[in-house]
Amino acid sequence: MLKGLTDKLQGIFWKLRGKARLTEEDVDRALREIRLSLLEADVNLRVAKDFLERVRERAIGEEVLKSFTPAQQVIKIVYEELVKLLGGQHEPLKFSHTPPTIIMLMGLQGTGKTTTAGKVGLWLKRRGHRVLLLACDVRRPAAVEQLVQVGRQAELDVFEMGIREKPERIAEHGIKHAKDKGYGVVIADTGGRLHTDEEMMQELRRVKEALNPNEALLVVDAMMGQDAVNAARQFDSEVGVTGFILSKVDSDARGGAVLSIRAVTGKPVKFIGTGERLTDLDVFHPDRMAERILGMGDIRTLLERAEEALSQEEARKLAQMEKRMREGKFNLQDMLEQLQRLKATGPFDQLLKLLPGFSGLRQLPFAIDERRLKQFEAIILSMTPEERLNPDIIDGSRKRRIARGSGTTVQEVNMLLKQFKMMREMLKRLSKAKLSDEDLLRMLGVGR
Amino acid sequence: MRLFRGMLNKLKQLFRRERISEELFLELEETLVLADVGIHTAEKLVSRLKEAVRKGNCRTGDEAIELLKRTLVELLNAGGRNLNFGPIPPTVWLIIGVNGTGKTTTIAKLAWRLKREGRKPLLVAADTFRAAAIEQLKLLGERVGAPVIAHAIGADAAAVAYDGVEAAKARGYDVVLIDTAGRMHTRYNLLQELQKIWRVVGRSLGRPPDETLLVIDASTGQNAIAQAATFSSAIPVTGIILTKLDGTAKGGVVVAIKDQTQIPIKLVGVGESLDAIENFDPKEFVEGLFEEVTDSG
Ligand SMILES: Nc1nc2c(ncn2[C@@H]2O[C@H](COP(=O)(O)OP(=O)(O)OP(=O)(O)O)[C@@H](O)[C@H]2O)c(=O)[nH]1
Ligand SMILES: [Mg+2]
Repeated sequence: MLKGLTDKLQGIFWKLRGKARLTEEDVDRALREIRLSLLEADVNLRVAKDFLERVRERAIGEEVLKSFTPAQQVIKIVYEELVKLLGGQHEPLKFSHTPPTIIMLMGLQGTGKTTTAGKVGLWLKRRGHRVLLLACDVRRPAAVEQLVQVGRQAELDVFEMGIREKPERIAEHGIKHAKDKGYGVVIADTGGRLHTDEEMMQELRRVKEALNPNEALLVVDAMMGQDAVNAARQFDSEVGVTGFILSKVDSDARGGAVLSIRAVTGKPVKFIGTGERLTDLDVFHPDRMAERILGMGDIRTLLERAEEALSQEEARKLAQMEKRMREGKFNLQDMLEQLQRLKATGPFDQLLKLLPGFSGLRQLPFAIDERRLKQFEAIILSMTPEERLNPDIIDGSRKRRIARGSGTTVQEVNMLLKQFKMMREMLKRLSKAKLSDEDLLRMLGVGR
Repeated sequence: MRLFRGMLNKLKQLFRRERISEELFLELEETLVLADVGIHTAEKLVSRLKEAVRKGNCRTGDEAIELLKRTLVELLNAGGRNLNFGPIPPTVWLIIGVNGTGKTTTIAKLAWRLKREGRKPLLVAADTFRAAAIEQLKLLGERVGAPVIAHAIGADAAAVAYDGVEAAKARGYDVVLIDTAGRMHTRYNLLQELQKIWRVVGRSLGRPPDETLLVIDASTGQNAIAQAATFSSAIPVTGIILTKLDGTAKGGVVVAIKDQTQIPIKLVGVGESLDAIENFDPKEFVEGLFEEVTDSG
């Protein structure tokens, strides 16, 4: 869900990486892009503003560390601030010293409380707890019945008193029942309500009093927009929440709401819901989430994705390309394909490893100039297939045509051809001499 | 502390003056973003406004705000907003959307409204997946006084839908409201199921459903655009119902949806009771986008 934001930020930072110095202007340009990303991801406008302000202050401020490039410095700051915003460490559920531990779920209508009750119950049951579900939603038609069915699916006991009792009364009875029968954990489902509904919020306070929960968790829909701050703040101030569960993370929503609620309440996110089945529940890890946002650390997924992109067909093509490389027959079509593959799969350094000749690469010591990458692609695309395979036939008039077609200049076409020839030359010697990482990238003409 | 929506007086006061400043544009953009219109659409709208100001189409800040509102109303007004009844009864309305947006409740509200208009609605429980979804619709049907066609949980949703339409034909019900399971638009197989329902209904009816209404929760952010785009690429969506507008969420994302997909917004849900459904009123909605959510007390 935060994938979009991840990709965006990576794009931005790749542009920043490798800059010798980071000017105030650079920082602001990056921050403008980050602002767009955050807003597109539904991070609340004010939260985004605060966040960016903090990053800006730190980025332009004094703490420039010797071991970092200024660009790395910004990445580091954004990452740190994100982790901070998301909650630092993962915070586990709080258990009561004397059973039962009581967990209360609440939230707006339709966020998924009832299903989540079953999920958390099943999660705890699998960790050895004896769980009782408690049906305190007496308003939504068939909500009790839904919890009963969820309980049946998860093989959990459900305590219900129909819909004629007041929810706070059911809470009282349920807790007593749990104590009598020796349950370890009680999970109370409550009716969805609007944070602006004064009466319903009062009811929720009464239910909370009756339950006296160890955890009062607000279930928030990952697809939620700007209003997440209002709802979270209101539930927290009117009823008091100890944490959140982010539901429907299996949507393709970018989930900026999670940043918003963290920012306005400071309470931890404990779980994320990732699907309709009762097993679709995961513990929330702030650092992982931040890493994911920045594309730092989630390298395995990345490699998997890259490997997927390299289908068998492509692998065969690559092998042939490698052969041509070694024989000095590397052509512009090959170069184009390399460039396009670089562009398609995101973080270049990870992907480069999968390309022939680059497997020894650990990390790029410098940036890839994206603008030039695009330009090279445009130039090659303006060539005929014949020109791509036999670059030597490209004469003056062909160059002019190619330049026109790609919106570049003849000098730029020349530069590409020079770059290409140098690359071909060096590739020919690849098997003999071991080249440095810099050499390899310089060959592509995109390293600096 | 209480939240309420008041007029954006600050804005009004600030810019009632003669000159139009860059600050006004920024403030308008932020107002739209805070209403979930989305930065992309907000920027687009504001830059168009700038253009109009440059051309001298409005001179005061007030006029600029009015022009922006008018533009929004026009955008939302385009295309019909009436619910479509079929040429031959029964009329069939298919209700779809992601999980928890208010589909089932909306169906009850629609049935309630239809009954008061003297029609005979029939409800169809084609959500055969979610626990107690059938019971929920049955309870609502009882409350409204409309019969419900249902199979058991786990049954083929398309088969229930088909039976529903056939039953309406046989028993002379004039509007069939089909409830479907909430589903993520990202789930390909679930979209296929929806296509099947749509096709099967069409087969029984001899024409496509008279309305395929996408229910969107007003608190949804930019993901609603993907919802609208993806659902309507699976089956033709004929309208949007924006629910839960009774809270502090503005539902501004429908502006972006309308801008990008041309799907008209037809109805709004404004509460949990059976009568809490209204025809979409672009003017009122647009005014709402500019109201401020404030803390007080
Ligand atoms: N405040 C408010 N609540 C609403 C509105 N419409 C529906 N709801 C509530 O939202 C909750 C979910 O409604 P449902 O009708 O069950 O939603 P659904 O889309 O059918 O849900 P699934 O079938 O589980 O996907 C219920 O508590 C409804 O009472 C509305 O306009 N305003
Ligand atoms: Mg439903």
